[in-house]
Amino acid sequence: MGGVTTRLRVLDDGAWISVNDDRKVRVSELWRLDAPDLCECALTDLVVENFQSVGVDGSTVEVRVYGQCIACGAAGTTGWIPVGRVRGSEFAEIDRSAVRRVRR
Amino acid sequence: MPTDVENWKSEVYGNEIRDHLFEFAEEGFDSIPDDERDAWFERFKWWGLYHQRNGQEGYFMMRIGTPNGVLEPGQLRTVGEIADEYARGPGTNPIFGDAYADFTTRQSIQLHWIELSDVPAIFEKLEENGLSTQQACGDSWRNIVGNPVAGKDGQEVIDAWPVINELNETFKGNDDHSNLPRKWKVSVTGSADGSGQGDINDLAFEPAYKAVGGGGGGDGDEGGDEGEIEDAVGFNVRVGGGLARNEPRFARDIDVWVPPERVPDVAGGLSALFRDYGDREDRYNARVKFLVDEWGAAEVRETLQEEYVDFELESAGRDVREEYTYNAGEGERNDLIGVHDQKNGENFVGLNVLVGRMGATDVLDLADLAAEYGSGEVRLSQRQNVIVTDVPDDALDEFLDEPLLKHYSPSPSPFMRGSVACTGTEFCSLSIVETKNRQVRFARWLKANVDLPTDVDEFHVHLSGCTASCAQPQIADVSLRGMKTRKDGDPVEALDVGLGGGLGENPQFARWVTQRVPVDEVPGAIANLVESFAAERDEGESFRAFVARHDDDELDAFVDPEETDYEDPMMHNTKRTWYPYAENDSMEDAPSPPADD
Ligand code: HEM
Ligand code: SF4
Ligand SMILES: [Zn+2]
Repeated sequence: MGGVTTRLRVLDDGAWISVNDDRKVRVSELWRLDAPDLCECALTDLVVENFQSVGVDGSTVEVRVYGQCIACGAAGTTGWIPVGRVRGSEFAEIDRSAVRRVRR
Repeated sequence: MPTDVENWKSEVYGNEIRDHLFEFAEEGFDSIPDDERDAWFERFKWWGLYHQRNGQEGYFMMRIGTPNGVLEPGQLRTVGEIADEYARGPGTNPIFGDAYADFTTRQSIQLHWIELSDVPAIFEKLEENGLSTQQACGDSWRNIVGNPVAGKDGQEVIDAWPVINELNETFKGNDDHSNLPRKWKVSVTGSADGSGQGDINDLAFEPAYKAVGGGGGGDGDEGGDEGEIEDAVGFNVRVGGGLARNEPRFARDIDVWVPPERVPDVAGGLSALFRDYGDREDRYNARVKFLVDEWGAAEVRETLQEEYVDFELESAGRDVREEYTYNAGEGERNDLIGVHDQKNGENFVGLNVLVGRMGATDVLDLADLAAEYGSGEVRLSQRQNVIVTDVPDDALDEFLDEPLLKHYSPSPSPFMRGSVACTGTEFCSLSIVETKNRQVRFARWLKANVDLPTDVDEFHVHLSGCTASCAQPQIADVSLRGMKTRKDGDPVEALDVGLGGGLGENPQFARWVTQRVPVDEVPGAIANLVESFAAERDEGESFRAFVARHDDDELDAFVDPEETDYEDPMMHNTKRTWYPYAENDSMEDAPSPPADD
């Protein structure tokens, strides 16, 4: 949007996603995912262990994470999952309890 | 594409970081431009400073690298004084208070809550006393580890201490080896007990005999007693061990024996090989263990021979691995706690430091006792314990009666002595659960409530907050690793449980048999496991052997998680706090960075 570039980084050996030099999204949270590629649960209940990469699609910040579904034990790296939005230089994290859909 | 870290390293790295560090310290934490902070924090690691986690802005963990865990007379006192004066911050630990030192699994020392503005004064004091933080973290030669009682140990094959010293002199601050693709962990051991834990390092030198010169040749298996006397003593070389990231590897034998005087050439050759061929595009794949996976041991040897050393490498000699006992789950000297003979007739006394953490006052008291009863020297083991050396026979009883040794016991309960724990959510960004204080609570509960069979006096429980495995969980009898689960629908901290790991002649990683046990059910799970072990073991069978002859499902059934009267006050997400033990622990209540003065 409007030429504002957003600096996105995976920091601290995969512990944080930083947006414009602020650590914004952390590991060790539980995320609900609609991720049929990762496991067979209706909803994956993922412990976020490690961020692998971060990118942006339009205004949506997306990550690929390594983690484990605590319902079935399946572990692996996800596809791109939305974690928040950037507007101008502001970042808003998606509600932690929201169900996230793997986008690509 | 090179990673952010590689880009930052290519701009400034190694020794030159120090000038910048001192400048920032002089001008204050706020003088680091916001958009350069991450780059500088990454670089500061090379000088042993690790910025603490979110919510603890402006405070650093400082790691002091003590080669082989050796603290010369007076040095422990220096550490205690620095901890007392500088390792204090806004958070107070409910078990350990303020101002403490952590003795680590790689024979180093960590202090917390260090402010940038104090760094020059601390460095000056450390360096005046022969201590250093150089390369304690970051992508280069880390603290060199080994048998902590090298040079003194009654059962030593070769004294590794001069070799370690020379490596340390050669590769600390060495511009050719200061920017590697990732950390480089080296172990050099001269004793026959395996206490250098070479198998889990990037590069390991282990004692071995070799008939050299005169065309005698042979790998020594045929060597009779007379042959042994003529054998030269040196080291076999293994490469590519490490525990992190769900990808544990034992170091692999590259079929090389080196005499002590050539260790620096071979070690430097291998570190240069790693520098040149390691993966700088992907930090997860950067450790040399992955290069060894890809190439195989033979190609590592060949490349070392062809490109990095200018003499003919010998093939491996006859090792003494069958004598290894350290952390092996069986036999004497599973650790170095208690009273042991030195070569010179004096004694070294290993004292248990529960989870490696010791308050500054106790550090100072211990330094005094070491000077009073021994030479003043103290050494650190890879099981997070301390060893007082050079205690003569006639001073032993009085030393053992000292009140301080009630807390740091030379004959602790098996659950106390077996405990190892990493840093965890208290300070570490990667952690998923609280660790050190929890392991203290676990150990105390187990000691009060669980009886091991009378002939079993050691039982190792290692707790790591995540898969980085800093507490070396995969090589314990019971391995605990941070996870999450839901209990009655609510997210709680949990632990994966692994069993049967250990080192020794044939090292074995733990098998992860039970997943995601809510933390308050873990002590009950261990109690039930020990009960099954006691009931079903063969006579005299070690726990490790017991685990080895059962399959994962059987073991999972033995674990049997259960609530008990153990209560865990840290079940919630301790990561969402600025400091888990603060009264007002939410991120909004986080202190601002320390004011500069
Ligand atoms: C803030 C973050 C971290 C803290 C506080 C921390 C703390 C520690 C401590 C206290 C030790 C003993 C170390 C020594 O004396 O050199 C250690 C060792 C270790 N660390 Fe970390 N560490 C951190 C990050 C990491 C990361 C990111 C990794 C891996 C990607 C890692 C992997 C290990 C491993 C595997 C060991 C020991 C086991 C071995 O010998 O291979 N640590 N760490
Ligand atoms: S094992 Fe994980 S949680 Fe523990 S100190 Fe290492 S990186 Fe942190
Ligand atoms: Zn699932």
